[in-house]
Amino acid sequence: MRIRALIHLVVILSAGGLATAALAASADDFKAAYAKAEAANKEAGALKNQWTATVSKLKAAQAAAADGNYDEAVKDAQHAEALANASIAQAKEQAAVWKQAVIR
Amino acid sequence: MRRAVSIAVAIFALAAPPAFAANSTNPEADFKAFREYFTQRFPKVPLNDFVNGPYSMDAGLRKQWKEIDAFPPYQFAVDKGKQMFTTPFKNGKTYADCFPNKGIGIRQNYPYFDTKSGKVVTLDVAINQCREANGEQPYNYNKDDMAALTAYMAFTSRGKPFAIKIPNDPRALAAYQKGEEYFYARRGQLNFSCASCHVQNPGGHLRTEVLAPALGIVAALPIYRSGWGGMGTTSRRLRSCNSQVGAVPFKAEDELYRDVEYYLSYMSNGLPISGPGARP
Repeated sequence: MRIRALIHLVVILSAGGLATAALAASADDFKAAYAKAEAANKEAGALKNQWTATVSKLKAAQAAAADGNYDEAVKDAQHAEALANASIAQAKEQAAVWKQAVIR
Repeated sequence: MRRAVSIAVAIFALAAPPAFAANSTNPEADFKAFREYFTQRFPKVPLNDFVNGPYSMDAGLRKQWKEIDAFPPYQFAVDKGKQMFTTPFKNGKTYADCFPNKGIGIRQNYPYFDTKSGKVVTLDVAINQCREANGEQPYNYNKDDMAALTAYMAFTSRGKPFAIKIPNDPRALAAYQKGEEYFYARRGQLNFSCASCHVQNPGGHLRTEVLAPALGIVAALPIYRSGWGGMGTTSRRLRSCNSQVGAVPFKAEDELYRDVEYYLSYMSNGLPISGPGARP
């Protein structure tokens, strides 16, 4: 009975380990996420509206990847991409509405 | 019949350009509205006092400034700038050979629009153009030597009214409008424009800082900032503002920075040069 319970425990733990390994991000995942974030930030740069927070998150992503922490690296890269997209949206919106703020 | 008229009116309304599109760039009208806005909002502030920035807005701060100005923190920069200005380049020429009136009392005419290059030329850019034309290395645009030299040149121009011209050249008007757009467009993660602080909230506080009015804001440059522990140029000030709102600053004397200085200087026409200045 005790041995049976032990076998069950080993099976459960092994299955859990496999699942975790399947969910963990890889270096390729990081590279893909980083490339998307970098491209979005480059577009923001062309609009002359990059955000410092985007740059910080890109650096954080690189640092996490250098430490082999790809989960964190992908998370930071995705955060950077979201920030870059927000800065692009801001630039496009402001190009259309800035005149409304001019003193008349 | 009535229905047909209604449809015609609706079509006309849709075809008509939106109201703001009709507001084509008009520097003279901008200037008038800009001045009226500040003088009406702060009727007790004498017009020429706007060049003193936060000190025109806050009596306590003004008192401190008067005390500080007994031994102005920018004086070392003025002295150094004077020495630099009079020391000949390796080829024997000096800055006086590059500028009208030998470079004395001319700060109020900068920036100007250069019809040859099609770009705005600030005093800082003109200084580096002079250096390079005489075989010297350009200065860093942010501080140190450039700040010292412009401090001296501003000092010799104190009291002279800004006299910025927009020549009859569509490129000059475009540069002016780019500067105006830069001033009013929000940027950075904090979603602030220059106008958010210096038009909508002059006299208000950002933490301990009293916000300066946009009218005359360029007259005191370059400035000694206690927060920097030293002198800074216009570029340094603009870059610093960008960082404060979470926007990545451009390189010093970027074309957009030159354009916004052109716009703000034009808005300050008639107000006296007060630089170099000292700010908290």
